[in-house]
Amino acid sequence: MDIILGIRVQEGTIIAASKAATRGISILKDTDDKTRILNTHNLVAFTGESGDTVHFTEYIQANIQLHTMRENDLELSPSAVASFVRNQLATSLRSRKPYQVNVLLAGYDVKTNTPTLNWIDYLGTQTELPYGAHGYAAFYCSSLLDRHYRTDMNIDEGLKLLDDCLEELERRMPIDFKGCYIKVVDKDGVRDITK
Amino acid sequence: MSDPSSINGGTAVAMVGKDCIAIASDLRLGNQSLGLANNFEKVFQFGDKTFMALTGLASDVITLKETFRLKNNLYNLREEREIEPQTLANLVSSTLYEKRFGPYFIGPIVAGLDSKTSKPFICGFDLIGCIDFAKDFIVSGTATDQLYGMCESLYEPNLEPEDLFETISQALLNAVDRDALSGWGAVVYIVTKDKVVKRTLRTRQD
Repeated sequence: MDIILGIRVQEGTIIAASKAATRGISILKDTDDKTRILNTHNLVAFTGESGDTVHFTEYIQANIQLHTMRENDLELSPSAVASFVRNQLATSLRSRKPYQVNVLLAGYDVKTNTPTLNWIDYLGTQTELPYGAHGYAAFYCSSLLDRHYRTDMNIDEGLKLLDDCLEELERRMPIDFKGCYIKVVDKDGVRDITK
Repeated sequence: MSDPSSINGGTAVAMVGKDCIAIASDLRLGNQSLGLANNFEKVFQFGDKTFMALTGLASDVITLKETFRLKNNLYNLREEREIEPQTLANLVSSTLYEKRFGPYFIGPIVAGLDSKTSKPFICGFDLIGCIDFAKDFIVSGTATDQLYGMCESLYEPNLEPEDLFETISQALLNAVDRDALSGWGAVVYIVTKDKVVKRTLRTRQD
């Protein structure tokens, strides 16, 4: 029942990821960060089988950084990162033990000055969305986002909308997910703005 | 419901007219009952007048779209000409059969006009590459049953491009409206000897 939510606005992309690390009926930790910085303008948020998640995203992160070193400090664009991650998951799907990891990729393309949000599940289904979520959060938040999202929103309006989503989740989710880390990816890179 | 070919939903259809063909798909991408995106086109162009539609597991749709983009580019470089629909059909067939015992969960359609003779060509495939040649129409995806019904009743041979557009659009629209996993918009390509017209259709949003 991990929550990851993303909203793309005019100047950047906002990501929220729940702080609770659960195993069975227990909450093991309330400061679990389900995000990872891939490079200066790309952030990944993940859910899925514990163990797989961290292993996979660490692998992705390392490979993206290795690529940057080899290619003369040229950083991968959000669409290139998305294609790479999708390809890894799609290849893994037909292996003996596939990674069960779902991700949201928040990115900001510094060449075209466009923020992006990529939704990728463990099957390798990839799509670029204005807003999206994995797991149960999608059922609770989709209708809210459909109603209130506008393409011309700024970061503050996006955060307001995100707060409404989190309020709905807190109200309706059967377990306490211990709040969320909130991060923004924009022209200045990745920053944590958790309250 | 864990059947891979109906997780994401989606539908495509192709028809033959008089010296023309039409190929169309819906735009939905879903995760079971939840709609994710309404801009997921399933029709891809290879060369001037050759098209392929891919329905089924979205992951495999993307994988195969990229695989065939690669194979098509290599073909163009080696042959210094564009691929014929017939040739693409055989390429699709052999590519899918390579994965005979661990297949891609897709239902492809190939449609186009021969570059020399401008003769219409359409065909469909099963997931392991068996080709289904057809003179009239080919259907694929989660609304297959509905599409067979619509096509059987609406289709007539030798339609002009404008009439073929009307026929394929009505067939697709009325089929996807009876399928919970398809719809959310549609796209239609009409291919004639001297032009390709792409039209997006507005549909019910439920």
